[in-house]
Amino acid sequence: MLQEVNPENAGQIEADELVSAAEPQAAHSRPDKAVETQQDLSNEIQAIGEAYRRALKDGAKPETQPRLDYAPYRSSILRHPTKSLHHADPETIELYSPAFGHQDVHALESDLTIQHNGEPQGERMIVQGRVLDGDGRPVAGQLVEIWQANAAGRYIHKRDQHPAPLDPNFTGVGRCITGPDGTYRFTTIKPGAYPWKNHLNAWRPAHIHFSLFGTEFTQRIVTQMYFPGDQLFPLDPIYQSIVDQDARDRLVAQYDHSLTSPEWALGYNWDIILTGSKRTWTENEAFAASGDDEE
Amino acid sequence: MSKLTATPGQTVGPFYGYALPYPKDNELLAPGSPGSIRLQGTVYDGAGHTIPDAILEIWQPDSEGNIVQKTGSLVRDGYTFTGWGRASVGNSGVYTFTTVNPGPTTAGAAPFISVAVFARGLMNRLFTRVYLPENEEALAKDPLLSSLDPERRKTVIARRDPDGGLTWDVRLQGEGETVFLDFHGEDADGNAQGDEAGGASK
Repeated sequence: MLQEVNPENAGQIEADELVSAAEPQAAHSRPDKAVETQQDLSNEIQAIGEAYRRALKDGAKPETQPRLDYAPYRSSILRHPTKSLHHADPETIELYSPAFGHQDVHALESDLTIQHNGEPQGERMIVQGRVLDGDGRPVAGQLVEIWQANAAGRYIHKRDQHPAPLDPNFTGVGRCITGPDGTYRFTTIKPGAYPWKNHLNAWRPAHIHFSLFGTEFTQRIVTQMYFPGDQLFPLDPIYQSIVDQDARDRLVAQYDHSLTSPEWALGYNWDIILTGSKRTWTENEAFAASGDDEE
Repeated sequence: MSKLTATPGQTVGPFYGYALPYPKDNELLAPGSPGSIRLQGTVYDGAGHTIPDAILEIWQPDSEGNIVQKTGSLVRDGYTFTGWGRASVGNSGVYTFTTVNPGPTTAGAAPFISVAVFARGLMNRLFTRVYLPENEEALAKDPLLSSLDPERRKTVIARRDPDGGLTWDVRLQGEGETVFLDFHGEDADGNAQGDEAGGASK
């Protein structure tokens, strides 16, 4: 399957954590520094995790989002705000979302396996779920975008040059518009694990990137969906930037045999909860939402 | 109804470039058309270096202050202003939108554009605003701006360019760090401090 990254071929791998030579800010990837190992990183990840669990025990509130300041993901060091986010009440435009519809997205864009002439390599899968707001209302008619590596863990992006094969029949990009009950559904190929250069022998757990809109712009999120039981979870600084286990678990899809299609594709379910809405909903909106909610 | 806990965000990573951009994503209307302006700026990290892998989204009212609810942002017909756009920065960290000056959504309000910022190395999206620099009176009355100290307030007000466009830079960290907003009662780490915190000051 996937090749081990070794220091000899590391120079060819222009991966997640290296900016290209043409970019002067390569300095902050600290090339002169002795190569950090997974053990170094795991120690840091564990120390942060233990401190968090102690704080929880002492009565701190559970954290539900990734830490913006999470040094084990080295690229975040200079890219997180150091000042507190400033509390604001959303106003006017922020209480609405842009409108997307079938003019914007063709129905076939939700099947990532039919975008080329041939069948892509790998394990065919379906991922389906519902987009809900924090009050449990379905987010209907909204845009969902996904992108991912192929079955070998390779992204079709010029900056991913690691020696795993590209698949001429797989791009790894999909879109859909949620249904009246907030449902989205994609047919795709299960992505492979992906090596990157945060530290020596760093591997990302298999994941699919998701981009979501709510009914209000303040609900906008971009996130990543993972697969159950991945052995790379404890080692990955991006997944572990969410220090709370329950919160991390919310990014892991569930295998769902009722979604599995006989002799065709394995099914996964993953529901996405956006933040609570701040707008006072009109009766019609609330009615439409709750009406479509009944199953 | 019981509140559900939101799904965590994650970084947009380095490989959104073949997925999120699309033709005319940053042209809310055709460049050069009547009323069109350029909104541009540069995204910087905490060392003052430009960031080559950030992507910005804007969402704004039209020039009359109407909140538009029209589809067609992804497949633009060149005539319909949808109010939403997306721009990836180039190698030099510069983004560009073609848009209109937003109008005030209520009489006397300070017009602004809502912005979401995504980048490799940025763990979660950040929200902020870009205010038009004119109408000092409206700016002075604005609830957000009046809650900021003068140095920080400057970071969310665009400069007017000689050609009528707007320039507004994003500084993720350090000197002149842009004011980023929390609408949901999150702390500096983007973590909820309780469901009601966001609405407590209403």
